[in-house]
Amino acid sequence: MTATARQESKGSGPFKVVGTRTTRHDGVDKVTGRARFGADISMSGLLHGKVLRSPHAHARIRSIDTSMAEALPGVKGVATAQDFPIIRGQALDFSGAVSNARVTAEVILAHERVMYAGHAVAAVAATSPHIAEEATRLIRVDYEASRVERLGSGEDTSPGSNIASHIQLKRGDVEQGFGEAEVIVERELSTQTIHQGYIEPFASTAHWAPDGHVTIWTTTQGIFGVRASTSAILGIPESMVKVIPMEVGGGFGGKASIYLDPVAAVLSKKTGHPVKMVMTRKEVFEGTGPGCAAIMRVKMGADSSGRITAAQFWLAYQAGAFPGSSVSGGATTGTGPYNIDNFLIDGYDVVCNKQKTSGYRAPGQCQANFAIETVIDELAERLGMDPLELRLKNVVKEGDRMPTGVPFPYIDLRKLEETMKTHPHYSAPLEGPNRGRGVAVAFRGHGGQGAPATMNVNADGTISLITGAIDLSGTRTTVAMQAAEVLGLAAKDVILTVVDTDSVAQTGTTAGSRVTFEMGLAAIAAAQEVKRQMSARAAMLWEVQPEEVEFQDGVFTCNRSPAKRMTFKELAGRLARSGGPITCSVYAPSTGIGPSFAGNIVDVEIDPETGKVDILRYTAFLDAGQAVHPGFVEGQMQGATAQGIGWALSEEYLYTEEGAVANTSFLDYRTPTSMDLPMIDTVIIQVPNPHHPFGVRAVGEVPIVPTLAAVANAVYHATGVRMTRLPMSPGAILEALEAKKAQE
Amino acid sequence: MQDFEYVAPTTLEEAVRLLDGNGLKVKALAGGTDILVQLRANRFQVDRLVDIKGIPELNQLSCSEADGLTLGAAVPCYRVYEDERIARLYPALVDATSLIGSIQVQSRGTVGGNLCNAAPSGDSIPALIILGATCEIAGPKGRRTVQVERFCTGPGRNVLEPGEMLVSLKLPLPKANSGAHFLRFTPRKEMDIAVVGVGASVLLDDARQRILSARIALGAVAPTPLLAREAGDLLAGREASEAAIEEAAKAARAAARPITDIRGTARQRTHLVGVLTKRALGTAIARAKEGKKP
Amino acid sequence: MTGRTHVHTSINDTDVDFLCESRQSLLEVLRDVLWLFGTKEGCNDGNCGACTVIMDGRIVDSCLVLAVEAEGKTITTIEGIAQAEGLHPLQQAFLEGDALQCGICTPGFVLAAKALLDREPDADETRIRHWLAGNLCRCTGYDKIVRAVLKAGKEMREEAP
Repeated sequence: MTATARQESKGSGPFKVVGTRTTRHDGVDKVTGRARFGADISMSGLLHGKVLRSPHAHARIRSIDTSMAEALPGVKGVATAQDFPIIRGQALDFSGAVSNARVTAEVILAHERVMYAGHAVAAVAATSPHIAEEATRLIRVDYEASRVERLGSGEDTSPGSNIASHIQLKRGDVEQGFGEAEVIVERELSTQTIHQGYIEPFASTAHWAPDGHVTIWTTTQGIFGVRASTSAILGIPESMVKVIPMEVGGGFGGKASIYLDPVAAVLSKKTGHPVKMVMTRKEVFEGTGPGCAAIMRVKMGADSSGRITAAQFWLAYQAGAFPGSSVSGGATTGTGPYNIDNFLIDGYDVVCNKQKTSGYRAPGQCQANFAIETVIDELAERLGMDPLELRLKNVVKEGDRMPTGVPFPYIDLRKLEETMKTHPHYSAPLEGPNRGRGVAVAFRGHGGQGAPATMNVNADGTISLITGAIDLSGTRTTVAMQAAEVLGLAAKDVILTVVDTDSVAQTGTTAGSRVTFEMGLAAIAAAQEVKRQMSARAAMLWEVQPEEVEFQDGVFTCNRSPAKRMTFKELAGRLARSGGPITCSVYAPSTGIGPSFAGNIVDVEIDPETGKVDILRYTAFLDAGQAVHPGFVEGQMQGATAQGIGWALSEEYLYTEEGAVANTSFLDYRTPTSMDLPMIDTVIIQVPNPHHPFGVRAVGEVPIVPTLAAVANAVYHATGVRMTRLPMSPGAILEALEAKKAQE
Repeated sequence: MQDFEYVAPTTLEEAVRLLDGNGLKVKALAGGTDILVQLRANRFQVDRLVDIKGIPELNQLSCSEADGLTLGAAVPCYRVYEDERIARLYPALVDATSLIGSIQVQSRGTVGGNLCNAAPSGDSIPALIILGATCEIAGPKGRRTVQVERFCTGPGRNVLEPGEMLVSLKLPLPKANSGAHFLRFTPRKEMDIAVVGVGASVLLDDARQRILSARIALGAVAPTPLLAREAGDLLAGREASEAAIEEAAKAARAAARPITDIRGTARQRTHLVGVLTKRALGTAIARAKEGKKP
Repeated sequence: MTGRTHVHTSINDTDVDFLCESRQSLLEVLRDVLWLFGTKEGCNDGNCGACTVIMDGRIVDSCLVLAVEAEGKTITTIEGIAQAEGLHPLQQAFLEGDALQCGICTPGFVLAAKALLDREPDADETRIRHWLAGNLCRCTGYDKIVRAVLKAGKEMREEAP
């Protein structure tokens, strides 16, 4: 994961590097095919591992007979959950299920029970992937089928129900609020199980050396998470596990979970060979964590002026076979764009015999936003108000409280909404029948956990910046740009390498839109420390006091004698002979990333005879705080929008009667193709984030959040039908149109 | 998938001999865009794949105003839709072949393979039916021909006996004042499987007002692609009017025997048969009127 | 019945011989045998285009080609696109236009787009979207990819004699 950036374009405003469209550091490797992704590895003696998965959605495993598989020529080893020391050593405990290694072990290889169709049961290592796959089919598993909990509606809240946990948020008195309302809208809405749809399947290669050191090459959003889980599951110290990151071919939250690494390690231990495991696309769909399906009920009231007087929000999210849905993500953000005095929010985490869900871009928030923003649109209609006007009427501002009770820091959602309202798209005429326009806005809050970084000054005046934060979409560049800004260098002169777990301090997973912000803070801190050390070195060479050295635009000067002048590069060349190289390691504690806001305007056309939705025009709005790389920010907005459109219209897990996933290929799991989308216009506004020296806000996730509702609202305005279930597939729209016709 | 023997004969005789596996599970391989996927999904296994692409007769593509179209079974889709003569004489075949999979798939996938795969949703099959194609079959007992609408016998099943293979498709020259169109409905615009596919061909009188004959074929609404004979026949002698088209659409709906599966409900499919039949007929009639007057 | 077949091909203007089992796809051989890892596997059933290569002048999904079928064929993979003098205009346009994020689909897109522009350098947005429909991208929403192909087409037209 290393490369250098090329080409710079002039920065704007107070910045020289930040805000430019510099060429991405990893770009050349990726356009030439040189970048090495999860499966792009081979080595001598390599074996290939394959997994056997359960055909049953819920069953007890009576026995597993691997003898026939082991007898197949070419097979070198077989593993089951019994090979995980943690399975034998610790009882299953669902508290903290999301990060509990015992639960992770159970998901990776089923022990005693299979909990969903596609649940891994055993794994084989063989001399070729074909032999390994053949061998998995020779493993005999004796199952005793159990009752399958399919729906997981969360209706039953009694003890012994399938509700794993409950979150409640309350403010004011909702009954009183509804009493003040002129208009009340109540809706039940639901969303489907969806997959992150990354194009690169999970892949991991592990080598267990005779001395007990385990090396893992893997595609993951967090190498330290892989290390922690693997060492816990295998019962070995973390220091014995080294995780080397490969390029990640898309994660979107899905690759924050782990499935293969400990299995490949166990197979390597058993065979004495390195073992590579790569999932098929079918395994990705049936064996990894999709995003949650949800059922939601919303009741919102507003007075005649448009003030929202009360909101009641009930959410039940399907966690899948183990607790840990993203319901809190929805419960804590859905009403976030609105300042509401009275609300009651109840979120339920519901288990059922489906894949254990994982995060998916702004986990849990799209579902909730779909519910709230649909109801807001309906409220506006009932009140005869412009939907953006209603939003502006209730807009949150600095000092108002988030649904969690935390006060908003400096924000300007009003500016975003007004930008939408005055945008030419919003007032452009919509000509022709069956066309409609929808809007929605979204809030996402971000936490923070701090980040370490190491910086070295090279003799040629470039910088090597070392981090452990996986780069999913360009953060090597955006982090390097922030260091370059401080040091007066070009972005390409800061060479950022993402290294393995032995080479850098514990670093958090790339999730929560945090890397550009938090690793940026670390890069800035490291650059400032380098600047301080460099100034001291200049002072030493000039025989002046460090305070007398100034640094500006990449040049050191002495304020006592103007003749003394050295560029960063010149000084870097003199380090070796003036006391040695300059290096530093920093840890930047988080300042709290804070809120982000996004909005969408979309025009659609519906074919009333087939129910098909065509996206005619799309404009995505985002408050980026300060866009470090505007091209990348646009890319986040466009990609998120495309995913949201797929979620809204065409993507869904379909299950058989027996509870197996019926559509395990990209043929029937329909992510949008280039034909299904128009150009996606972007409008970036910049309300500086007070928690970041350059004003950066989180941009990776929030752009997907308003998409589902924006499209649904557009469909409503095109057809007069409120689509309260996703996806709005042609069949579903056709049915809704027929039902409407029957009513009329 | 289990390994298999790969053979690439260069003559029909050799191919027929190799296809008759004497108890071995043998399949013909043309573009491979269906069979390799099915093998990997363990839908079935083979002991031998007979690659038929090296046989000259199967790569034949001849199209003329004298003899019509002869399409070798191993001719990939792109050769069909990039052929200017076919585009002029058989636009419905171009409609269908340019919808099958991606450009990548069309580089390999063949009309013959699409037919032999016998999927109810096979996009080229309704187009072949409305164009009156016949299948040239070679086998251990010699040659025979079968009307294309009788070729598929069920999902994934066809009339080929062990050792038999599809050699080519023969399409008669379309008459003057005729036009045809194939279209399908899919949730995505491309890269999808037909929820319903409909092909329609019409022959108009010299005044181009009256329909002399018509054929309508339906995909994905029965165990095999279906010739909706009655729907086409009721148009014979009728004005090419909206009312007539509406009636044909109704008859096509009646002919459909769809199931509900992950790609659509039976009800949705029946409805779409009506919608697409009207659209297919509309374009077929328009194409008939566009052609050069005889 | 099984065993290995000797196959002779030309890959990226170099004669290449390899041994393979009948069941191995061209994709498997490119990656696992020849270590040409630039060709990616996304789905192994012809629905994502990540494994696109150019074979005898046409794009194919290398997962849907048996390695034995490559006998006598001329194949171009992503490793054969850049020349010693620099990147291909498409690669440059992808790079400058931020037309990639994670990059896993990029080799397939570059090859598919190259095959299009070699035939139709003036392809418009509609044509490009249609041609590229067999290549899935999950990061970009296709906007910047389509723009990069348009830009490269323009450059290639201007460069052409």
